Amino acid sequence: MAKAILGTKIGMTQIFGEDGKAIPVTVIQAGPCVVTQVKNNETDGYNAVQVGYKEQKESRINKPLKGHFAKGQIKPVKFLREFRVENSADFKVGQEIKADIFNVGDKVDVTGISKGKGFAGPMKKHGFGRGPETHGSRYHRRTGSLGAVGPQRVFKGSKLPGRMGTDRITVQNLQVVKVDAERDIILVKGAVPGPNKALLTIKTSVKSK
Amino acid sequence: MDIIKSIEAEYLKKDIPEFRAGDTVRVDVKVVEGTRERIQAFEGVVIKVRGTGLSKTFTVRRVAYGVAVERCFPINSPRIDKITVLRRGRVRRAKLYYLRNLSGKAARIKDLRR
Repeated sequence: MAKAILGTKIGMTQIFGEDGKAIPVTVIQAGPCVVTQVKNNETDGYNAVQVGYKEQKESRINKPLKGHFAKGQIKPVKFLREFRVENSADFKVGQEIKADIFNVGDKVDVTGISKGKGFAGPMKKHGFGRGPETHGSRYHRRTGSLGAVGPQRVFKGSKLPGRMGTDRITVQNLQVVKVDAERDIILVKGAVPGPNKALLTIKTSVKSK
Repeated sequence: MDIIKSIEAEYLKKDIPEFRAGDTVRVDVKVVEGTRERIQAFEGVVIKVRGTGLSKTFTVRRVAYGVAVERCFPINSPRIDKITVLRRGRVRRAKLYYLRNLSGKAARIKDLRR
């Protein structure tokens, strides 16, 4: 069964593996999450669970959401996300999902919003080559040609400067190096998108099947 | 931040002797040969200490049979069995890259007087 949980990025560090090699890891506070709604084929047309993460003050919740939480008698949460599952009857509203659903050695996909880079030039954004720095060059980091004269326009989708980052990025096949069930912390090998304290969703890797 | 520190604390060694660039040290490294594990010593001058906490590393330079070898060790690595400080050297900088361009008598480091 596919496993999924919400969490926040805490930061990166390194630990030593059994063979003494240093492993770069990202520390993720994963859960505890709570199931806020169970969707099934009959009522909703598809199987899914809605999961909430991070407690929130009552005063920060709007009325429609308050009603939603009151229905399942759940404490208000900050983030709500939905995960597709094969059989949603396995879940109950109010059920807790903790970091110990993952085991050491599992492969996971981690999704987050990448750091915003602002308005970036084509070199940074698309990896274009640069012009000469000296020898009278006045062509340093510019875009270059926008295409042939023939079409008399710039084609859609041309790689031009613009806003970079703040994209939804999934990093696939990261290995779970360590699970701390007590504190709900998991350590994942490698980097994950986004700044520290950002919301992440951690799922069983689609490639691990 | 505290969570990261507490995770690192598990791996930090407590019995590391104090040394700095210019000191001569012997590092006993655990080497795995097939199934057997044995300890190999690497002796030389510390030319660099960098980083903090778990990611702190140091580089040892040694000239053996006319060939200079530099090895970089994570100071908290479980592969390091023991670090012994053999001599304290008197140097005036933290990174001794200039030793790479010197050889023979010129590459000696004076003992630290106290």
